[in-house]
Amino acid sequence: NGTLYLTATHLIYVDASAEVRKETWILHHHIASVEKLPLTTSGCPLLIHCKNFRVAHFVIGHERDCHEVYTSLLKLSQPVKPEELYAFSYNPKMPKDSREIGWKLIDLKVDYQRMGIPNDFWEITDANKDYEVCNTYPPEIVVPKAANKATVLGSAKFRSRGRIPVLSYLYKENNAAICRCSQPLSGFSARCLEDEQMLQAIRQANPGSPFMYVVDTRPKLNAMANRAAGKGYENEDNYDNIHFKFIGIENIHVMRSSLQKLLEVCETKSPSMSDFLTGLENSGWLRHIKAVMDAGVFLAKAVKEEKASVLVHCSDGWDRTAQVCSLASLLLDPFYRTFKGLMVLIEKEWIAMGHKFSHRCGHLDGDLKEVSPVFTQFTECVWQLMQQFPCAFEFNERFLLEIHDHVYSCQFGNFLGTCYREREALKIFEKTHSLWPFLLQKKQEFRNPLYKGFTAYKELKPNTLPFSFQFWCGMYNRFDKGMHPKQCVLDHLLNCMSQKMKLEDNATDLENVSPRSKSTLESFCFKEKRALPNS
Amino acid sequence: MEFAELIKTPRADNVVLHRPFYPAVEGTLCLTGHHLILSSRRQDNAEELWLLHSNIDSIEKRFVGSLGTIIIKCKDLRIIQLDIPGMEECLNIASSIEALSTLDSVTLMYPFFYRPMFEVVEDGWHSFLPEREFELLSSVTNEWRLSYVNKEFSVCPSYPPAVTVPKSIDDEALRRVATFRHGGRFPVLSYYHKKNGMVMMRSSQPLTGTNGRRCKEDSALINATLRAGKRGYIIDTGGGFEQEVQYPQYNILQESLIKLVEACNDQSHNMDRWLSKLEASNWLTHIKEILTAACLAAQCIDREGASVLVHGTEGTDSTLQITSLAQIILDPRCRTIRGFEALVEREWLQAGHPFQLRCAQSAYSNSKQKWESPVFFLFLDCVWQILRQFPCSFEFNEHFLIMLFEHAYASQFGTFLGNNESERYKLKLSQKTMSLWSWVNQPEELSKFKNPLFEANSLVIWPSVAPQSLQLWEGVFLRWNRSSKFLDEAYEEMNNIIEYNKELQAKVNALRRQLAELETDDGMQESS
Repeated sequence: NGTLYLTATHLIYVDASAEVRKETWILHHHIASVEKLPLTTSGCPLLIHCKNFRVAHFVIGHERDCHEVYTSLLKLSQPVKPEELYAFSYNPKMPKDSREIGWKLIDLKVDYQRMGIPNDFWEITDANKDYEVCNTYPPEIVVPKAANKATVLGSAKFRSRGRIPVLSYLYKENNAAICRCSQPLSGFSARCLEDEQMLQAIRQANPGSPFMYVVDTRPKLNAMANRAAGKGYENEDNYDNIHFKFIGIENIHVMRSSLQKLLEVCETKSPSMSDFLTGLENSGWLRHIKAVMDAGVFLAKAVKEEKASVLVHCSDGWDRTAQVCSLASLLLDPFYRTFKGLMVLIEKEWIAMGHKFSHRCGHLDGDLKEVSPVFTQFTECVWQLMQQFPCAFEFNERFLLEIHDHVYSCQFGNFLGTCYREREALKIFEKTHSLWPFLLQKKQEFRNPLYKGFTAYKELKPNTLPFSFQFWCGMYNRFDKGMHPKQCVLDHLLNCMSQKMKLEDNATDLENVSPRSKSTLESFCFKEKRALPNS
Repeated sequence: MEFAELIKTPRADNVVLHRPFYPAVEGTLCLTGHHLILSSRRQDNAEELWLLHSNIDSIEKRFVGSLGTIIIKCKDLRIIQLDIPGMEECLNIASSIEALSTLDSVTLMYPFFYRPMFEVVEDGWHSFLPEREFELLSSVTNEWRLSYVNKEFSVCPSYPPAVTVPKSIDDEALRRVATFRHGGRFPVLSYYHKKNGMVMMRSSQPLTGTNGRRCKEDSALINATLRAGKRGYIIDTGGGFEQEVQYPQYNILQESLIKLVEACNDQSHNMDRWLSKLEASNWLTHIKEILTAACLAAQCIDREGASVLVHGTEGTDSTLQITSLAQIILDPRCRTIRGFEALVEREWLQAGHPFQLRCAQSAYSNSKQKWESPVFFLFLDCVWQILRQFPCSFEFNEHFLIMLFEHAYASQFGTFLGNNESERYKLKLSQKTMSLWSWVNQPEELSKFKNPLFEANSLVIWPSVAPQSLQLWEGVFLRWNRSSKFLDEAYEEMNNIIEYNKELQAKVNALRRQLAELETDDGMQESS
């Protein structure tokens, strides 16, 4: 029994029956659906599904009240104009310049420098500064030095939405690179000299390898179907020394319906073990997670072990391609397993390269067929890796959940819109705050006490046999606290960490007592030692 | 019989050993009465394999030309392969292994030959005597007595000589109740809940038959455990399984284990096939059912303040799973190492779980016999599930449970030999073999089994039985199928963090003490 409040941004439920005041806050932007269920004797039930997988069930005494809450929530949870999003009203009372500094926390140029770019083979160009090459790419892109402007522009005409091959990650040790793009407009027979030159330039930027991989992350059938629409995939005969490969990751629609099925299983009231496992299998969710992971592992292996560069695409190169490239980077480079590194990775492969967060997360009232848990799957892949390598990540599970929350919350500007150009138009850098400094402030609660540091593990080689994948209860049944371990090892160890600091301070303080007593302490210890043989 | 008769080829050279996580190694294979030994003759001895014959569950042989291959599947679920040049040698070795791993006579088993390399400080055979357990009980209640009605094992062959029963029921009545219960297993005390004086009793099923036979002493015994005006509960674990007369529950479990291990070992499965095999094995379903029943029993006792009688058909299998799991939920003592050992003694060994029959074969068994079953194994898995949900409430860690699993199936110790106390008594195990507890309870061994996270928790711990909360016990089922290197490192790291904190705390305390002593010293000097 309690009270429901609706504010401009949140639904708040205050539990009056509890001894301690208990509040549940649900951000309107987190609401995925509101349903009015048939009237019962105790009132009118309202069922709310959230994008962070919370399920809230309220029973409202009067039907009229219920209907009003229902219509308000429908409106509040589906803003129509971007200006209505929380980020534009969120005001943490922060000085203007610290807000601006916040946006400068992540600088992708620094990450390219870390990889050794610019170098003899790669350069950062502003070729796209007026979105002349591609309107969903950022103004600055990394392309082979050998690719001149004509090559870039020519290749852009041959790639779906102008998403030309650009560098995602360079493995400094052997010059093998991961590049990404969209599908070629090859149809059944079309070819483009500039595009062929572009791929050649990428391959030649890695002199150690005679060939490069071109990986199409779609199922072969899907890719072939695209040929009829004048799109498709690279013809091995037209490009010099490429090894072409399909990795069948399903499209956004299959993923959306898979998650839907998974959530139905998670929500089932007291299911049997068989119900659950059969439901888990039928949802296909873990099969898809494994497919993404397998693809990431393939890329990492090609780069690390075969020393070959890889060009990755799917259809538009902003969903599966983003998943696979970011996962491969995470496997290859321990930097991306740090706080700062994961932020950089998300900024680089997702935000900058035009993953359409606004559409995939349904930030605004729009086409439901555009919604898909692409980023959720990436988050889960990182979590699966954390299960296999508990000491390899600087952050813990809560960090992933917090990021995932904010991808949907629209509280910060980072994930608004669909690409850099749109965010510029929305003036997010002037009007909103960045998520990253906010997360760094809470670093203590997000750290992994078992982290062994940057140098402990280099590349990760996860086991991708089916039994290595677990159901992520902490995500999909996150708010069913009864299902989670009742004692939390993470909390225990975090406690240890803070205790450790206090104890170390204590010890130093005690050791640094005034010199006089210190000398007495020493003589005391000496006395004690001398006394030993007699005792 | 001499072992030598069974060993036609005691030694073979140039044998190649393949086993999980190690590169293949060539060496000399030796067969002894109880061990299969492979020695690579390298300096470091690291390549050696010592395998107890009793750990071998099944073997398969294959030939390619004159090169023979023996695939050995162990009860601890490991699979190893030996390539042996020479068809005759290979056949001889295979038949020797087969014979030596299925010896008929218990007294030929290794525990009767094993000579410990450690000094016995505390003889485990005397660590958990019923008398000592009864003393503990007597300190909180005087409503119970230790009856020696079964001291000749004549009333109930599968009970120990001493059992705890209500004070008001005399031995004569017990004898009569025994004739009314399957196998003579009359209701005895399993657990006394100090908090409210409620009890858990266990027995076998009553022999009511078709004529609705009743036994007034049986009712009197059960009633004696109830408080005036209080209800009691009977949890019948046989219920659902008894319809399948030819296949008692323990046989269903055996099938379940075989299917699960098969699924875990087949690395060619895709995700759908794996999940469907995992589901079809029903292992996790059994885990959920047994945990649910244990929670129910615990709930009756702790929440409803009612006493409970648990029985299955024979009262030696699922009954014991439930009574022992309920105690882990209710009684903090059972979550300590000593307390858990006492529980295994009390509720499994002395309570007459037929270890020798049930653990004769494990997941690779192809025997047609129907009495093998991973009943104790499933119990350990359930304990692991609770441990996973309450990682700070147990004094022991996962390794402790895995160690018990291994020793229940194959061991140098006599603890799990025989099917009940009567058999153990006749075999003179306590004189002729070493107890597992004598070895485990040495400080240096114990340290491996201690949970660094342990903080004594006096509360009742209620595990979740939702499917989302139950997991495959990777430490056992995937142990030989995937490297645990990174998980072991994490465990090590966790241990280091906690140990370092303890050392720091000790250092700070010592410094404080020294400082305090100094101050009083100073005070004395000044005043003098």
